[in-house]
Amino acid sequence: MQCSCGTQNNEQAQFCRNCGKPLKETIDMRYEGAVILSKKKRKNSLERLWSLFASVKFGVTLIILTLVLASLGTILPQVLFIDESAASSTKEAYEQAYGTFGEWYYILGFADLYNSWWFQMVIGCLAASIIVASLDRGIPLFKALKHQRVEKHPLFFEKQRLQLTTDATIPLDSFAQQLKKQKYNVRIEKDNLLAEKGRFSRWGPYINHVGLILFLVGVMMRLIPGFYVDEKMWVREGDTTSIPEATGYYIKNNQFVLETHGEETDAGINSVAKKYATDVEIYQNETAVAGADEQLKRIKSGTIEVNHPLKFDGYALYQMDYRQHELKSMTFSLQNKQSKQSLGTFTVDLLHPKKEYRLDEQTVVQIDGYYPDFEKFDTSGEPISKSPNPNNPAFLMNMVTKEHPKGETSFIQIQKTLEPLGETEYKVVFEKADTRDVSGLKVHKDRTWPLLLIGGIIFMLGVCIGSYFNHRRIWVKKQGETIVLAAHTNKNWYSMKKDVNTLTNTLHLQRMVDMKEQEDAQHDTHN
Amino acid sequence: MILTISSSLLFAAFISYLLATLLFGGAVHGKKDETESHKRFAKYAVWVTLAGFTLNVGYFVCRWIAVGHAPVSNMFEFTTAFGMFIVGAFLILYKAYRMPALGLVALPIAVIVIAYASVFPKDVAPLIPALKSNWLTIHVITTVIGEAILAISAFSGLVYLLKRTNVFQRTRERFALETILFTLVVFIGFILATLTFQATNYQADFQYVDQKGERMPITYTMPALVGMNDSTALTENHLAPFVEAPAWVNGKKVTSVIWSLLYGIVLYGILRILFRKRLVALLQPLVRKADLSMLDEMNYRAVLIGFPVFTLGALIFAMIWAQEAWSRMWGWDPKEVWALITWLYYAAFLHLRLSKGWEGKKSAWLAVIGFAIIMFNLIAVNLILAGLHSYAG
Repeated sequence: MQCSCGTQNNEQAQFCRNCGKPLKETIDMRYEGAVILSKKKRKNSLERLWSLFASVKFGVTLIILTLVLASLGTILPQVLFIDESAASSTKEAYEQAYGTFGEWYYILGFADLYNSWWFQMVIGCLAASIIVASLDRGIPLFKALKHQRVEKHPLFFEKQRLQLTTDATIPLDSFAQQLKKQKYNVRIEKDNLLAEKGRFSRWGPYINHVGLILFLVGVMMRLIPGFYVDEKMWVREGDTTSIPEATGYYIKNNQFVLETHGEETDAGINSVAKKYATDVEIYQNETAVAGADEQLKRIKSGTIEVNHPLKFDGYALYQMDYRQHELKSMTFSLQNKQSKQSLGTFTVDLLHPKKEYRLDEQTVVQIDGYYPDFEKFDTSGEPISKSPNPNNPAFLMNMVTKEHPKGETSFIQIQKTLEPLGETEYKVVFEKADTRDVSGLKVHKDRTWPLLLIGGIIFMLGVCIGSYFNHRRIWVKKQGETIVLAAHTNKNWYSMKKDVNTLTNTLHLQRMVDMKEQEDAQHDTHN
Repeated sequence: MILTISSSLLFAAFISYLLATLLFGGAVHGKKDETESHKRFAKYAVWVTLAGFTLNVGYFVCRWIAVGHAPVSNMFEFTTAFGMFIVGAFLILYKAYRMPALGLVALPIAVIVIAYASVFPKDVAPLIPALKSNWLTIHVITTVIGEAILAISAFSGLVYLLKRTNVFQRTRERFALETILFTLVVFIGFILATLTFQATNYQADFQYVDQKGERMPITYTMPALVGMNDSTALTENHLAPFVEAPAWVNGKKVTSVIWSLLYGIVLYGILRILFRKRLVALLQPLVRKADLSMLDEMNYRAVLIGFPVFTLGALIFAMIWAQEAWSRMWGWDPKEVWALITWLYYAAFLHLRLSKGWEGKKSAWLAVIGFAIIMFNLIAVNLILAGLHSYAG
């Protein structure tokens, strides 16, 4: 584009690079009229792709798309929150709970929306758009503001929102003095003055975009093995178990404590849990060779409570859940049915039952079968255990006594005894049971959090800089007998006007004219 | 004792806000330009608002002392705090822009929000362990403050639209604006419905079959219009439901929505008959003196002020707390997702306003929709979409 001064300019330039004359009917002050790659007219395919990702329209479209997709995922609970125990498949669980709508919700992939490839692809595009848009406009803007001229073309003044032409004779120095008092940086070149403050606020959006990208990179890094662990585990009171995903580390549960609001009930039922915590010790295996005798060294002990995790070597253990009163051991006595005389008692550890319990020289109780979570007898009469957890223990016992050296068989359940091979003379009587609590913990390791934190801080910093500060500029030009003024801010015109009013009041000038207000007033009268 | 004081303070604040609304009405009435009398009214109105806000803060502090934790842990407390901070945010923006017409929107909405809060149980319940954290207090309070500031943007947008819309011509814009005002009336309808049935102590017990096929009891506090799945009445002489909802729809909640709509429609009808005007036409004279360019300015300035606060509270503090309590900073819980949606929405708003140059009406509508999203998150997500945050019950 040819300027009237004879200079050939880039076709999308807003101002002549020689004389600074505005080349367009309306000027866009947003990027200082800088030459921006995405605004170029003739483009190759790569540049076209670049422009697409650089455009605000595309960026906003992606934001809205993310927003709409995210909201679709909240219509029904995600798979994570669905109780599948009664259904044979996840799809069926949705159908059972929410009918045909639920079934289609699952089929269309909304049930696990946030992990779906298409949702993550939209986020990926959004990230790309943030990077491209920032580079596309941030760099030219930075250059343009760094090299901005003090002298502006007379036409530039006419195209500003706040402007004033006066024939008052005030030296530029008076303007400079007053504007310095108002905390502006002032530069004077011949008959031109530029007062500026808060330029750094223009970097706010770019800073917060950097923060966002760092944050997203941090989230992506969780996919790299070793960077992120989130595992659930159960530890019984008194037990020492290895910690999943943390090779070489062991945890011992010394005690589980539950406090409830109001009356203490047996199983904690009908009472709101007030506090629950686990006293633990953490051990590390010192032996270097795998398979060698493990030498455990205590490295930490403490209490894990909700909101107060226990941390060691980059891992954190969170209190998540508990199971109360799990059976630990049962004590029985061997009795003669008729005389009710006891031959002695024995205690069975329900997690590690022994093969036999010897009561004296001639008396032994042999455990022929152990069913920790007895459910029923199958069609062939074999007992079935539902799980390895001792929720409903049952035993097939052989009672060897002086009278019956070959033993008598008895099937013992809680509060029930069967004699499958005929009536017996002796019986095993349940005496007492010891219970203990099981603590549900979460093992957590996150090596990405420093990046997430730094990203978050940079983002907040950028948002605050961009939101709470404004870039304000005032230009003054002496043209023979008259003085022209113009003012511009990237936002918060109300305060900008207050600034220029202070200036014009002190210098006894008329107020500057707000061109937009005049347009609005015209619009109102037309209505 | 201290709980009684706190409820008295809240009631006094509520009355002050009503009074301030009337005074703000005095500051904008009439066709003439602003006179000394208008200015006096505006001055009194601000003082009464300030007094009401002080009483409201008094309620907040007293309740905090009484319950032993920040009073933002159930629906009543949270919603009341939202109403209080709306007034606080209004006072801050009033100090900068001095626009009485804004008070005429902000205060009635604060009144409705606080009245809405009062229909929820006010019992002091102990906190479950996961909610016992200073981070939770910081997270919730920062979020509410952020949302309150963002709400002011919508209020200025509403005043802007009321002034700019031609209310005598049949346009989509007029229809949309009237719909918004009607929604506010339905809100009042919900409050009135709850209060009237509460006053008559209406209670009807039913038994129904839930999703798992188990029989469960439920108590309706409004006459049952829509019944729960496969329900049988346990109390006699109460209205039997007209239809029954499927298992995954809560008939009780649908019933209260229908009652609110009925009350709202009747109330709206009365207003229309009484004034023989649409609500937009009724309210337009009140905003005649409002300065359009100042409203347009406030519209995005409030978002600029509120957005960082909201980000900090609803996302960053929320993540820190979630990390402490649940060992994961983000769980895609519906309330979390809707906080993210709100955040994304206002990010889009700022891009459209500052980079695409959407000003005036467009920007005003965006702000109003933003408030609708905030209210959706406050009300609908708790009532409809269950999750960890659904402490409303």
